[in-house]
Amino acid sequence: MADPSLTQPEAWSEIVMGNTAIVRAMAVSGTRVVTAYPGSPTPEIAEAISRIPAGERPFFFEFSTNEKVATEVAFGASINGHLACVFFKSVGLNVAADTFVQLSMMELVGGMVIVIGDDPGCNSSQNEQDNRHLARLCYTPVWEPMNPQEVHDMYLEAAAWSQAQRMPVILRLSTHVCHAKMRVRSAAFTPAQHDDTPRFDPAAGPYLPITKLVAPLKRRALEKLERTREKAETTPFLKVLPGAPGTRRGVITAGLPTASLLEVLEGVAPGLGVEGPPDVLRLGLVHPLPVRAVTDFLRSHDEVKILEELDDFLEQGIVAAAYREGLSCRIRGKEDREEWIGEYTPPKVREILHATWPDLIPSAAPATPGPSVDAPSPDVLSADVLSADVLSARAPQMCPGCGHRSAFHAIAQALAAEDITVADIGCHTLGFLPPYHMGQVLLCMGASCGIAAGLSLFQKSRRVVAFLGDSTFFHAGIPGVINALFNRHDFTLIVMENGTTAMTGHQAHAGSGENFNGPTQAISIKDLLVSLGATVCETDTYQQGKLTQLVREANEAGGFQVVIARHPCMLAHMRRETRKPGFVKRQVRILADKCDQRHVCVKRFGCPSFFLEPTGAVHVNADLCIGDGSCLQTCPSKAIAPPSAVPTKEEP
Amino acid sequence: MTTTQIYMIGVGGQGIGLLAEVLAHAGDRAGLAIRAVDTHGLAQRGGSVESFLRVGTRVFSPLVAPGEADLVVALERTEALRGLCTYARPGGRLVWYETTWQPLGVRLGREAPVEHAAVLARAAALGVDARPVHVPDLPDTRMQNVAVLATIAGLGWIPGIDPAHYREALTALVPPRAAAANLALFDAVLAASGAGPA
Repeated sequence: MADPSLTQPEAWSEIVMGNTAIVRAMAVSGTRVVTAYPGSPTPEIAEAISRIPAGERPFFFEFSTNEKVATEVAFGASINGHLACVFFKSVGLNVAADTFVQLSMMELVGGMVIVIGDDPGCNSSQNEQDNRHLARLCYTPVWEPMNPQEVHDMYLEAAAWSQAQRMPVILRLSTHVCHAKMRVRSAAFTPAQHDDTPRFDPAAGPYLPITKLVAPLKRRALEKLERTREKAETTPFLKVLPGAPGTRRGVITAGLPTASLLEVLEGVAPGLGVEGPPDVLRLGLVHPLPVRAVTDFLRSHDEVKILEELDDFLEQGIVAAAYREGLSCRIRGKEDREEWIGEYTPPKVREILHATWPDLIPSAAPATPGPSVDAPSPDVLSADVLSADVLSARAPQMCPGCGHRSAFHAIAQALAAEDITVADIGCHTLGFLPPYHMGQVLLCMGASCGIAAGLSLFQKSRRVVAFLGDSTFFHAGIPGVINALFNRHDFTLIVMENGTTAMTGHQAHAGSGENFNGPTQAISIKDLLVSLGATVCETDTYQQGKLTQLVREANEAGGFQVVIARHPCMLAHMRRETRKPGFVKRQVRILADKCDQRHVCVKRFGCPSFFLEPTGAVHVNADLCIGDGSCLQTCPSKAIAPPSAVPTKEEP
Repeated sequence: MTTTQIYMIGVGGQGIGLLAEVLAHAGDRAGLAIRAVDTHGLAQRGGSVESFLRVGTRVFSPLVAPGEADLVVALERTEALRGLCTYARPGGRLVWYETTWQPLGVRLGREAPVEHAAVLARAAALGVDARPVHVPDLPDTRMQNVAVLATIAGLGWIPGIDPAHYREALTALVPPRAAAANLALFDAVLAASGAGPA
């Protein structure tokens, strides 16, 4: 749905998530170039951008082929004088790192904001790395908002500082800051008048960090970082939130844990021998550390708890500052391994503070009895919770009609039990779940070919099969493919080509034939592989028998073999189809007289459209089946009738 | 006024996003502060999808703690039981849409399906006031969330939010081509609950 209000010069107020609020801030700040690679928790930033009608977007946006390229495009724009922004997920910074670590030494004439979506708790990532470490590695300041309003406000402050200092800055978000919703307000602004004259000037640099030139560049980066420390001391986001009068206890925190902390402290009242809630020092910038504010806070308290999600980043700086100042305040940092792990939700913060000050913070919120029913006794509760474990999790799964399901079903029949399957990142990673169990090892984007090469050394007894999605192929997969050819490795690569970046919300990639802004040349993965000299065969995955045969032949032939298993993403396909006028809903159905209840459709093919009755009968769920018919060939009894039109009810 | 903590759960594709959005906007229209957060991304692919909403006068975090939800809203029977077992507080409340989306474990024959009575029994053990919702012959299953919304409105189960606030929010957020049918359903379920018209 189009939403031109995001860029309106008039004051703006909407209930939005952080990922939308930041787009308003991009417009207000005069950001001119925005780049990204899709990755949770950040892709909704691009969805918000797409809601601004194309002619009214005040900045250029692209999804680049990977985070490193995205960072380079933003950098190039910045040294031409444009305020630039790049955003990606936590582990995206690893891909971008080779470029990112150079940025602080560069005179970024237009300014540049790096927006990182970290993922404490691993909601959608393969680790919960704390990217504050990488910020310190290369002298880059970090702002940490606690909610969507602050995402907007801090973006403005960080972007302005970046422009003024000509240095890179990081706005570090986390999953539940990106996705949290609240009413966000943004003042009226005067849209920037952009001067598109290319302002790149080698004399403003140098922009060549080579040997003897590096030291002065590094010196300049350190000077900028030191100036930023003063910004960290004076930013309005640095706040002391007073606790009980006269309290000698304090908490230092930042980012999302602040919201959790305030929630926990709401319920803390002065009691017998307890003075009440502690004072809170909330940091706006977590790097560089505002040493003066921190040491003043330590000086005025007897005991201070450092409440920080993930690693002991602030703790190290605060302890060092206290030592240098000779302060006697007792600093309570991370005291348990669990304090290094997971998101700092309100219950987690309550647990940590209870361990710190058991006299002050109760271990759990007191159960409030309901309006009309008495709360049951603890005995009843614990018995109840035990039986809850029986309820299995409902994991995400491949959609009805998904080409990957047909692929896994077919490929399984070409593999021996002892063969090794290597997963990569994408929807096809879900193949590890039952009933497929395809993909037994996973590291990160584009890693499957390298891992498979290593697994294939010294042995012929267990064929190694690697999977790779198409967006991931372009993102980081190509070097692994070239290495397999270059070093004559011995495994089968199956490219799972669905034409889109499906898992993160169907962003176009280099093989899609379109980019964020319009039609473009579609780069053929097959042609690219052939031109590299790879042996390539291909089939649509719905041709399950053919796919089984191709994989079998590839494995028997040995050496590096590529099978392209292609089928368009059916979720995206059906979204397009159902919007077309005259769309007719089609579904398969079970022929009860032919079904002999062998349950291949339900238990081995595993399409979620099939429901199993207690009687053993199978029926087709009318809400789920898309009538793709990929299941027909899996039934040994031919008991699935081809898709036929179903009467549609009135459109809602 | 204290904060009302709401935990919503359903299966990806059931329309929990719209329900959460309407509840948040209704709270905002009632002049309350809201903090909310939805599940995004991969988890939506047919998995359990949850959404948190906290409504009140002093609200900081969008996250609801396990065992502390005043109101659990579920769009499916198994998920209703899951919501009870995880987020409901003793003495809290549950509204669930009485339909079933068979989980993988049941389809593979490894688990028994959850029975309607099991949800009620668990609710009783927790002292939770539980209300199933079912509207026969809905023209589209994607309207189940509106039936649930109208039930919450009729029961007045979020303090400070009136039926008119829910109706206004629904009107503002539902796509225009679907507005008439959804508002008619909202009004019908609300009327059946005995509450006055919005």
